[in-house]
Amino acid sequence: MRYLPLTDTDRSAMLARVGAATIDDLFVDVPEAARLDGPIRGLPMHASEMAVERHMTRLAAKNMAAGSVPFFLGAGAYRHHVPATVDHIIQRGEFLTAYTPYQPEIAQGTLQMLFEFQTQVARLYGCAVANASMYDGSTACWEAVSMAARITRRKRVVLSGALHPHYAEVVRTMAKFTEDEIADALPTVQPEPDHAGLIGRIDETTSCVVVQYPDILGRISNLAEIAEAAHARGALLIVVNTEPVALGAIQSPGELGADIVVGEGQSLGVGLQFGGPYLGLFAVRDPKHVRQMPGRLCGETVDATGKRGFVLTLSTREQHIRREKATSNICTNSGLCALAFSVHMTLLGEAGLRQLAALNHARACHAADRLAQVPGVTLVNQTFFNEFTLKVGRNGRELVRELADRGILAGVSLARLYPGVANLDDGLLVAVTETTTPEDIETLASALEELLA
Amino acid sequence: MNAPNASGWKPEMTPDDGGAPATSTGNRALMLEEPLIFEIGQAETTGVDFPAFDPPATSRLGGLGRTSPIGLVGLSEPQTVRHYTRLSRQNYAIDLGLFPLGSCTMKHNPRLNEKMARLPGFADIHPMQPASTVQGALEVMNELAHWLIELTGMHGVAMSPKAGAHGELCGILCIRAALEARGDAREVVLVPESAHGTNPATAAFAGYRVEDIPATPEGRVDVAALKARLGPDVAAVMITNPNTCGLFERDFREIADAVHAAGGFVYCDGANFNAIVGKVRPGDLGVDAMHINLHKTFSTPHGGGGPGSGPVVLSEALSPFGPLPFTARTADGVVHLVEEDNAAEYDHVQAFGRMTAFHGQMGMFTRALTYILSHGADGLKQVAEDAVLNANYVLRSLEDLLEAPFAASGPCMHEALFSDNGLPDGLSTLDIAKGLIDEGYHPMTVYFPLVVHGAMLVEPTETESKASLDQFIGAFRHVAERARAGDMALKQAPVYAPRRRLDETQAARKPVLAWQDRGD
Repeated sequence: MRYLPLTDTDRSAMLARVGAATIDDLFVDVPEAARLDGPIRGLPMHASEMAVERHMTRLAAKNMAAGSVPFFLGAGAYRHHVPATVDHIIQRGEFLTAYTPYQPEIAQGTLQMLFEFQTQVARLYGCAVANASMYDGSTACWEAVSMAARITRRKRVVLSGALHPHYAEVVRTMAKFTEDEIADALPTVQPEPDHAGLIGRIDETTSCVVVQYPDILGRISNLAEIAEAAHARGALLIVVNTEPVALGAIQSPGELGADIVVGEGQSLGVGLQFGGPYLGLFAVRDPKHVRQMPGRLCGETVDATGKRGFVLTLSTREQHIRREKATSNICTNSGLCALAFSVHMTLLGEAGLRQLAALNHARACHAADRLAQVPGVTLVNQTFFNEFTLKVGRNGRELVRELADRGILAGVSLARLYPGVANLDDGLLVAVTETTTPEDIETLASALEELLA
Repeated sequence: MNAPNASGWKPEMTPDDGGAPATSTGNRALMLEEPLIFEIGQAETTGVDFPAFDPPATSRLGGLGRTSPIGLVGLSEPQTVRHYTRLSRQNYAIDLGLFPLGSCTMKHNPRLNEKMARLPGFADIHPMQPASTVQGALEVMNELAHWLIELTGMHGVAMSPKAGAHGELCGILCIRAALEARGDAREVVLVPESAHGTNPATAAFAGYRVEDIPATPEGRVDVAALKARLGPDVAAVMITNPNTCGLFERDFREIADAVHAAGGFVYCDGANFNAIVGKVRPGDLGVDAMHINLHKTFSTPHGGGGPGSGPVVLSEALSPFGPLPFTARTADGVVHLVEEDNAAEYDHVQAFGRMTAFHGQMGMFTRALTYILSHGADGLKQVAEDAVLNANYVLRSLEDLLEAPFAASGPCMHEALFSDNGLPDGLSTLDIAKGLIDEGYHPMTVYFPLVVHGAMLVEPTETESKASLDQFIGAFRHVAERARAGDMALKQAPVYAPRRRLDETQAARKPVLAWQDRGD
């Protein structure tokens, strides 16, 4: 058993030191009736590295890897090229196998990285302070809603209809138990999101307004009027971003008046991974809200000799310390994903992120124009970054399956995101990144021409 | 004893480097100081090349194109590699040595797990790809779910929770949903003192009032006190088993039966499942819901603070209430992935919704399944046995020197608990912890569990050899002897770490949470 260093000789010697005749003497407190005597039902005996690798590789081969086909899925998870350096760094054992940095004297590597990460995220979001990461964008979104309720002491949450439906579902799920009232809607599949309708739902009991930027259909709209309306009624504006690369091309949520910005950081460094682990980003524009933030924070300080160093700080907010007075469900964070994000951001830098964003937008513009030429296809969006919505004149989910049978992963149908909503079922969300080639776009366009003819 | 200082060797330089020359760089040979990226990077520097492209004739950014700089800096690829490699050398890690963190289970992380999780068929697939294109990934989820159900003796498993605390919340929400479904509004969750610190937070977050149940002097749940408190207002009891004192809750079945008789549910915090995997099935003890920290029991790397993964196994009574996506076994023994579209088909319409956007921590599922198959039925059982043997070996090797408050309560499970009782005034658990850093170890868990004053919780795990335990025990003894002898130099420890004790008060009083260009 290659991971277990004790030999039978060791075990005998150790049992003697412990004063036990057999190993089962150490399980004496386990009631006889509850002990498993035989082997675990159906589980084979231990297997060699070769044998396990063969089994797992066979399972992996049954999946259609995104990189092996023309690929256009987004809707909150995006395929970007990750430089080889990123995985090299995160596989260094001193990062990969380190613990949470509660002993700062021997965790400065992780802590300095988190401080740099916080600074990168705060700047990207146009905010004062970012935390050291959370589970993912959707849970960060709920934590932001919960934080807004604490700050405003109000219970009514206004969700934009153009918020990712899974994010809205996470908020609805949790609100059932915390008794926040949710006012939400379905998206309007129109060139412009329904700002007037959203603003009309804000009242004096509203704790926060949650909007997505760019929104679930890929549209980009000025949030300033929503921010103004929210602030006029004492509510906070929460902005959700699921594609951080977009912020290399468009104004930051903080600049447009967001109070709390949350998002999914998966795009940079983390990879698709069938949905997780991902990286929740969380930042506040006003530093006075820091003490209400969930999650870990890394702060600068000095050591006993005056050298600069970093520690986890303000941890009296955290649940393992506050116990029943805790205000968030966050215990751990996504430290290694934060490292991957931060290394990718460092490799890009200001110039690289802007160029990456410009490249994404250029490819997406080309794709939107080409796909809109397919008979039967209508481009919904007037604005977008790297993802847009097509109306395809038939059930998008079936169309996606048929395209998959042809080896094209064509996008996410609104029918999958909004099961059972009749007027959305012909919508198809198409995402285009720097990994999408002009040939991929042509392949999709040709296949659509055939299938929609 | 193979203690590193057995020869009596003493370093020639004093801790304050009194005789050592200062270096102009602040570096010390292999220990290199590293500035922040913002101090060495530049806005125009980049470590990534892109293909040439034509900008679109018309931008579709809706007039919201960025007009101001973001404020980021970049490094070239060689600068990046050097920056993070230098930072990495300021971290302790399980790859460097024993990590005796009680309740945290820092065990060896097999590299095969990493390799398998990176296969493009797992790492490069989108959560919303058509099911026909991700059959292998769904098989991994189903296969792992099957073994989790089998190893715990439960009925269903909610795979999506993203971490242990998220799993706790999921389990308690399942309980609340089940109670609400039978029109039974209960208000209280009982949490024994020996439970994890996150348990009360979870119960409160789910809208319950939390009441503590005391521990007996021998470190277990006070069964009489618990039974006396049961009643129609108690929704659930949250128990950690093995508990945070390192002990198995002998009377678990009796407690569970009493809770069930009173109409409540039993939540078991599964953070310490690694101590009993293959030996005891929690379902047989009467558990209704239990999260499993995949990273602890099935060895996902901790990554400096995550990501974790906390699937929740559920009894038959709670299974209809698990969140989507959900994995459940049908009568034919097959395990299925249940989502919104097929929830009715699997009689799973009472799910309370989603706790996270997608399927959960797929990367961890791959690692955990790889680990389970590598160990097999015989290996998993050996894991628990060796973990328990190693912990008892540590307990019995130190109990003459350090107070071990529950040493007489029977064998410990996977972790050994000590306290600072008997140390001279002015020296405490923290000084022993920092002293261990100078000996080349990450300290044990300190000041937890709360039931023990000055607690020190040591969990060696099953991946430590006898030689490595002997060396650790020797180092621990050395530091403890210094403490008992009143060696106040321990207050200065660590002296050989990349940093001396850090001023945490200043960090909290005047928080500096992002880099600011100070213009100097």
